[in-house]
Amino acid sequence: MILFKPAVRRALGWATIVALIALALFGLWGAPPDSIQGDAQRLMYLHVPTAWVAYLAFMVTAVASALWLWPRTRAMVWDRVAGASAEIGVLFTALTLILGSLWGRPVWGVWWAWDARLVTTAVLFFLYVGYLALRRVPAAPDARAKRSAIAALIAFADVPIVHFSVEWWRTLHQQASVFDPSLKANITGVMALTLWLGALAFTLLYVYLLDRRYRLAALEENMEEHELATAIAERQAGAGTPGPATMSRSINPELSQ
Amino acid sequence: MNLIQEASLMAGKDLRIEARSRVTIRQIIPFGLITLVLFAFALDPDRGILARVAPGLFWITILLALLLAISRAYSIESANGASDALRLSGLDPSAIFLGKAAAIAVELALLEVVLTVGVIVLFNVSVASVGFLILAALVATIGLASIGTLYGVLASGLRVRETLVPVLLLPVAAPILLGATRAWEIGIDGSISDGWPWIGILFVSTLLFTAIGMLSFGSLLEES
Repeated sequence: MILFKPAVRRALGWATIVALIALALFGLWGAPPDSIQGDAQRLMYLHVPTAWVAYLAFMVTAVASALWLWPRTRAMVWDRVAGASAEIGVLFTALTLILGSLWGRPVWGVWWAWDARLVTTAVLFFLYVGYLALRRVPAAPDARAKRSAIAALIAFADVPIVHFSVEWWRTLHQQASVFDPSLKANITGVMALTLWLGALAFTLLYVYLLDRRYRLAALEENMEEHELATAIAERQAGAGTPGPATMSRSINPELSQ
Repeated sequence: MNLIQEASLMAGKDLRIEARSRVTIRQIIPFGLITLVLFAFALDPDRGILARVAPGLFWITILLALLLAISRAYSIESANGASDALRLSGLDPSAIFLGKAAAIAVELALLEVVLTVGVIVLFNVSVASVGFLILAALVATIGLASIGTLYGVLASGLRVRETLVPVLLLPVAAPILLGATRAWEIGIDGSISDGWPWIGILFVSTLLFTAIGMLSFGSLLEES
């Protein structure tokens, strides 16, 4: 029913809070302003970590869905993890798009540009919004898990195709700062530290939220089962006493003919 | 019976129903044509905009018509317990998938022929390389039919099927729309050496969607 023991979860929660506060301090005061972009560049310490968490979350959804589909590892835990992770992923994709838009306005002069990475992220957002819509359709848990797992894998398999097609279509985005192999991390010192701190803080936040969402999903399922059991019990208790139809039949046998 | 025979049996059944009910001819094709006319209302026909954006408008129309075709392909299975009969038929689920996809592809191809004539006449487009256009359309159509059939069965049996399919399908089909549109722009221009990456994208997506469909159709059909 739970991913982590309560003590671990509490420790994780506190670690997340500490890391986020440290990130805020470093991001707003610790790191120097960018030589060209000035203070606007500080949005990077949120934008890049949220994008990272979004990708991580969708990766986890894909792995959990595959584990659910694989007969030997099939368990409801994977379905719940997949659903919880996708919800966090959609939230963080939306945050990435919004933060990127806020950053793009002062730096590029526009809220939105039809650049490859932006378009891919937007398509990613819609892919998983569809997945969440599918998950929300009421169905038997097993049927829903199967449908959702297959849909998650289709979406995941589609991501590289979307990426390459959009990449060929157009490219304008600035090069990635840390992961670009040709530039060999042209961001250094406190700025690099802050960025890594951001990645750490948001990863902790992701794990914490995943645990909480997982617990909620388990409780929801429990409640549904409980309500169903109660309804059945009530129905069975009601069947013991004769209803008006059976009574009239027993009093007047001709009526039933 | 082997896979191909079973698949053609399935496709034959769907196309026979189609030939008798004429939903494609009486409803889907007129829908496509009126959409082309509406595009001319929305975009000024006098400034040559229509000719420039014709490939995009064409493929958007096909994508919308695909939604109707999927809905139709699964509404014929939901009547009279036909989906139970399908499950009991003993046909290989992969063959059922291929057959249904093939039937949708044939209907779409028919619509594409009519709409191409429509685009050439109404939007005043002249095509330089017809062969390239046909190649791109062929691969894109099979890909769209595959992914449509897959999401159709995924959502079949759900009460929200008709609203759920578009939200699932359109983002996944985005690369096909992109590839087919760019390929058609290039085919109309005639500089086809630039067009092969797009044919590649279309080919890879079609292969991927068909493979996933063949693998997962059986277990999805059980739930429908």
